[in-house]
Amino acid sequence: MDSDLNLKATELRLGLPGTTDAISPPKNNKRSSPDSDSAPSPPKAQIVGWPPIRSYRKNNLAEAESGSFVKVSMDGAPYLRKIDLKVYNGYLELLEGLEKMFKLTIGEYSEREGYKGSEYAPAYEDKDGDLMLVGDVPWEMFESSCKKLRIMKASDARGLGCAV
Amino acid sequence: MAYSFPEEVLEHVFSFLSLARDRNAVSLVCKSWYEIERWCRHRIFVGNCYAVSPEIVIRRFPELRAVEMKGKPHFADFNLVPEGWGAYAYPWIAAMAEAYPFLEEIKLKRMVVTDESLELISKSYKNFKVLVLTSCEGFTTDGLASIAANCRHLRELDLRESEVEDLSGHWLSHFPDSCTSLVSLNMSCLGSEVSFSSLERLVARSPNLRTLRLNRAVPLEKLANLVRHAPQLVELGTGAYSSEIRSDTFSSLADAFSACKQLKALSGFWDVVPSYLPAVYSVCSGITSLNLSYAAIPSSDLVKLISQCQNLQRLWVLDYIEDSGLEALAASCKDLQELRVFPSDPFGAEPNVSLTEQGLVSVSEGCPKLESVLYFCRQMSNAALIAIARNRPNFIRFRLCIIEPQAADYLTLEPLDAGFGAIVENCKELRRLSMSGLLTDRVFKYIGTHAKKLEMLSIAFAGESDLGLHHVLSGCDSLRKLEIRDCPFGDKAVLANAAKLDTMRSLWMSSCSVSFGACKLLAQKMPRLNVEVIDERGPPDSRPESCVVERVYVYRTVASRQRLDMPDFVWTLDEDSSMRYS
Repeated sequence: MDSDLNLKATELRLGLPGTTDAISPPKNNKRSSPDSDSAPSPPKAQIVGWPPIRSYRKNNLAEAESGSFVKVSMDGAPYLRKIDLKVYNGYLELLEGLEKMFKLTIGEYSEREGYKGSEYAPAYEDKDGDLMLVGDVPWEMFESSCKKLRIMKASDARGLGCAV
Repeated sequence: MAYSFPEEVLEHVFSFLSLARDRNAVSLVCKSWYEIERWCRHRIFVGNCYAVSPEIVIRRFPELRAVEMKGKPHFADFNLVPEGWGAYAYPWIAAMAEAYPFLEEIKLKRMVVTDESLELISKSYKNFKVLVLTSCEGFTTDGLASIAANCRHLRELDLRESEVEDLSGHWLSHFPDSCTSLVSLNMSCLGSEVSFSSLERLVARSPNLRTLRLNRAVPLEKLANLVRHAPQLVELGTGAYSSEIRSDTFSSLADAFSACKQLKALSGFWDVVPSYLPAVYSVCSGITSLNLSYAAIPSSDLVKLISQCQNLQRLWVLDYIEDSGLEALAASCKDLQELRVFPSDPFGAEPNVSLTEQGLVSVSEGCPKLESVLYFCRQMSNAALIAIARNRPNFIRFRLCIIEPQAADYLTLEPLDAGFGAIVENCKELRRLSMSGLLTDRVFKYIGTHAKKLEMLSIAFAGESDLGLHHVLSGCDSLRKLEIRDCPFGDKAVLANAAKLDTMRSLWMSSCSVSFGACKLLAQKMPRLNVEVIDERGPPDSRPESCVVERVYVYRTVASRQRLDMPDFVWTLDEDSSMRYS
């Protein structure tokens, strides 16, 4: 199971990142008897590779459906993560989520000084391709304009203000 | 001897043989024919990259110009093959770079291709023309930049559904201004934006461009410009098909499309805004292939578009089309040959659309040429399958996925044996079958009895005992590929049919009941089969021999059974007959 982790980490699934994964249904259940109320139906857990849809299609589908999955990169990390912005109700929850996912702390946000007191600062790429600091615009506007997230080293983020 | 044809004459005769099957037959006639044929074979298809080695291929065929190869087994598409299993293209690319300076075409499927490989390709072959990477992975856009920059006569670059690490869209700008030979460009799987002006200039200077599949990042506003530069296009994949509704964008797009008199295939349509679909109406009557499988729009909008395409032969669509939409399809598209219906919400517990078995029944009734189906749905009945089988005895490919594993006939609660039985009994030309739902050993008896032309069979969560597998292996005369997951099939059937496996390309079994002991026995009995035990729990001989293995992949091979690139979770039979890993 442990060696599966790499795959699971980047696999598209429903639910918050970090939740445990699924089990396969018991075999040899549900035989042909009509009164099969004896065996409870298996939990609606996800089975690996079922339904048989290619990850390529699954990824595209999720983006088509919700349009709210964004890639998150962290400077220095070898691979990216993906999160669903819809799952968060605001910046606080988002930052908490990022902190948990990447095991780091992001400082406090202030309009004037950006993120103080931390090694990292969250930035995002908006619809126009510009790199913006997370937190400057109202959450709803951020949700619809954010295309990608990037957790930058705070030293690189200095001088990144809001586009006024 | 004195009366034999001169070599050149035979070579000329052989040049009319394009099918590998024919050339293989010719090589078996006698030694001199074998020799002549091997020197003039230019194309080769290797269905399993581990069935043979680069050295063997190069030794036999010194003059290849085109190589097509497949790597991982099909179930790798569904994450059933652990990462790192194999199928690396590099050893092949490196060997061929030395041996075939005139190589023109490389087509790979389900292989791991690195940037190194791509760079080697771009620098080794002066006349390289065609690169098709289907469902491949392991490379980045840097590798693409090498291809773009160095392949002066590139005609096709097709990245079908490959997983590419997208570092930036800059690679496209590496095509030199002198490159005007492009015939086909498929970048639909890429994420990032390419420089639009580079793309536009590339399209404008490629008069032979027939296929252009853009990626999602190309906005709708730019599509009209591109299309205007290439009215000769035969296949177009749009980018994102959404934009603020503006009449000038619309009319510009509609005008551009109306100039495309040769357009036959449309795809893309991510993020579709239905109001823009009428822009393609002018080309619909010529469209034979439509891929709307990323278009999340309601049935009514889908139907409006599809009913304009009277000559449609192939349709890929999401289940948003619903039964009603499929009925409309059946009424308007009498030339339909292939239908694929994908689920919009495969992991949802409840159905989100009204798509049932009825949709498939309608299409099977209304479309006399329908021969290939992939259908995802949430309920099925024997009655429906029997009706479908009777309507369409001409099926060649039938893949049905009922989303809930082991789902019974929803009307009678019986297994779907009779339904699938009807399919194989009626469809005598069936070559490919994927089954789902509740199935007992009986369905396999039907398959073994009737499916004589079946070449590929996919089974999941089905059957009751070894007898099921035995029926298939002993009865299906044309079987080449068998893939099974989560079925109670084990040692008896596999060992009893060991000789059959030598006549097939491969057998995949995961989460079944095959023991390590049986794998060893099979490998010992059949020296030309590679029996790969793929197990992530550590060495199989640290457990009793009766322990079942997680996965076993058996394939015939003339190469070594100890491939050098085996990861630590793959075990094959060692020369001194104990299962050891390399």
